Amino acid sequence: MKTLADLRKIREKAQNDMKLRNSETRVKVVVGMGTSGIAMGAREVMKAFLDEIANRQLHDVLVTQTGEKGLSSMEPVVDVIIDGVNSVTYGNMTAEKVKRVVAEHIVNGNPVNDFIISTDK
Amino acid sequence: MKFYRSHILLGMSETSIEAGAKKIELALKSELSKRNLQDEIDVLETGPLGFFAKGVCLKVYPENVLYENVTVEDIPELVEEHFLKGRPVKRLLATTTRVEAYDFNYKERNVLENSGIIDPEDIEEYIGVGGYEAWEKALLKMKPEEIIAEVKESGLRGRGGAGFPTGLKWSFTAPIDSPEKHLVINADEGEPGTFKDRLIMEGDPHKLLEGMMIACRAFGANKGFIYIRGEYKLCIERLKHAINQCRSYGILGQDIFGSGFNLDFDIKVGAGAYVCGEETALIESLEGNRGNPRFKPPFPGVKGLWQTPTVVNNVETIANVPTIINKGAEWYKSLGVNGATGTKVYTLMGDVAMPGLTEVPMGITLRDIINKYGGGMLRGKKFKGALVGGAAGVILSDKLLDVKMDYESLKEYTAVLGSGAIMVMGEEVDMVEMLWSILRFFRHESCGKCFPCRLGTQQLYNIICKIRDGEGKEEDLESMILLSDAMVKSSFCALGQSPYMPIKSSILNFRNDFLKRIK
Amino acid sequence: MYQEIFKKYEPTKDNLIYILHDIQDNHPQQYITEEAVLSVSKYLNVPINHIYGVITFYGMFSMKARGKNIIRLCESPPCYLKGCDNIYRKLKEELNIKQNETTEDGLFTLELCACLGVCGNAPVMMINNDIYGDLTEEKVVKIIKDIKGEK
Repeated sequence: MKTLADLRKIREKAQNDMKLRNSETRVKVVVGMGTSGIAMGAREVMKAFLDEIANRQLHDVLVTQTGEKGLSSMEPVVDVIIDGVNSVTYGNMTAEKVKRVVAEHIVNGNPVNDFIISTDK
Repeated sequence: MKFYRSHILLGMSETSIEAGAKKIELALKSELSKRNLQDEIDVLETGPLGFFAKGVCLKVYPENVLYENVTVEDIPELVEEHFLKGRPVKRLLATTTRVEAYDFNYKERNVLENSGIIDPEDIEEYIGVGGYEAWEKALLKMKPEEIIAEVKESGLRGRGGAGFPTGLKWSFTAPIDSPEKHLVINADEGEPGTFKDRLIMEGDPHKLLEGMMIACRAFGANKGFIYIRGEYKLCIERLKHAINQCRSYGILGQDIFGSGFNLDFDIKVGAGAYVCGEETALIESLEGNRGNPRFKPPFPGVKGLWQTPTVVNNVETIANVPTIINKGAEWYKSLGVNGATGTKVYTLMGDVAMPGLTEVPMGITLRDIINKYGGGMLRGKKFKGALVGGAAGVILSDKLLDVKMDYESLKEYTAVLGSGAIMVMGEEVDMVEMLWSILRFFRHESCGKCFPCRLGTQQLYNIICKIRDGEGKEEDLESMILLSDAMVKSSFCALGQSPYMPIKSSILNFRNDFLKRIK
Repeated sequence: MYQEIFKKYEPTKDNLIYILHDIQDNHPQQYITEEAVLSVSKYLNVPINHIYGVITFYGMFSMKARGKNIIRLCESPPCYLKGCDNIYRKLKEELNIKQNETTEDGLFTLELCACLGVCGNAPVMMINNDIYGDLTEEKVVKIIKDIKGEK
């Protein structure tokens, strides 16, 4: 049983984690895993990110999931967040496109303009 | 490995293939080999190029030049000028090379503020964005009457379709002295074209749970149920997980945060029956029966689940509650217009460029929703009409594009907001076909309990089939309106009353479509 | 033989639909047998006629043996607008069966259903627990092939 004080502690810790402070994660990749995303191939995209990151031995990249943002026609949708601030949203992702995003954006810091649908939260 | 001096990327998407992308690829390859450039210049297929580019697009690397609206006739000139002489063809250059960003409108979001941002399976992420602060406030700092007063003051109305004031609903059940009261969440989202509740449950399940907790506290229930349709597998999975997390964090259970208040939730799964979206049918189904609606009164608020006082609320309605408690009724009222406060989630589909979902303050016009959040009409089609509010909704014509979308403004045009589903139809859509599809749906979903609905939906379907087959008469149109009107007056529940709206509005607004089939 | 399933649920009538789902999902031919109805009736102490009533009321339940993969194609207005009729024709042609029939090899059953709530990607179908969206005739052929390949 957790108390109110525990809840506050969890809140603080989670807030820090999300801002990527005090952690070794430089890049967060967030894959939209709602029904619509999964129907359009989000599972394959998630796997492609994990594979590509393992192959390149990138230790500062965290891959996680979220729900849908609401743009069904652009699923699968992926956010790439660098240093907790610069957020770029990619749409219509495929395993092939993941390779380019990892190489150009995550490794070299140049967002892949062709796949971007939004740069704002 | 071959080394190419240039790469041409050819954008392949449904739209570009329709615009002839495959033919252009062939033409490009043959033109290149005719000029003996096939070993220097590579042609590659890729996904859509540039989010807002038009027609068939080509991107040339390393120059990074984007061409749009390319046709087969342009290819010889393009190859000669660009790849032989090295001069980009100016007239084909895309007008915008910068990628315009889509606006997800998170600034104005409230119910869906976390969906698409946080991990729905991690309670700590929800807590990190301020989750369960409202629950803490409602449980420890507010009296139940104060919670109800706040929700009443906010003007929150049911988002399931009927638009009944939520605070008022709670205030009927609150004073009843009963050893057991229940909260039931209607997550049997079956209205065709509606998927807002699915997004909330999949993307931010804890938001729904927090709203439920506050509601239970407000009218004094110690047990809540979520009735989810059986087809929503991911919602069921994520909500089960979320409830278990709440239990292990002590947010649900006995003596929560030392307040002495006990609360637990459970999930019940439907099995594919549209009528179970009706609150009394839903309660029947929850009890393990056929989903036939009950006679009202007594209303569920007095005698509902197992004859106990039961409040039935929609998912989206309840997901609004944490924000109201956190930010206050005044803030909530500042959003929206005309007796419709707060934000509304609209689902957008059909002939729009970018179907999906958005959440905006009440009172936005249909035109704005289509243009701003749907990316305009699909392939530049002309707008013909929109089915607003699902199958039980109305078909609006272009005359109503600039009407504000809220309860009162739409009422003036005998239209309803319903569930917030907007199905956009382009110029070539035949309303006879659409009405046929709607009536086929109702015929299939009628539960059969009362005869006006059971026989009426069948008869309406027969008439529309006759018209569709070219054997109808003009009188048939009036009989459909008369019959569905009689069903409004005599049917047991809302299902039998539903066909009237789509029938009346489609015949009124698009009579010519029907007359074409009749002649 | 249903004891494993019953263990998970209290013997109260409100668990009936849950139990029926569980029994159906665990039958290799995805249906509820008469024998199962009898066992459930005993376990919950609910008359058989009530259970039949419930099974026949809800679209997701079946008392007829079905295929390993149940295809549920949405035929509601948003999918109809986006051409689900063509997809339906293609599926019937590809599988060589009609509505509610099962292929000879027992792999597929074809059903039509109401809105699945993925209308942004219409036309849509569900095969067992997975949703497939933005369907085209070519895509449907590929999906069927892929599943056949897995067996």
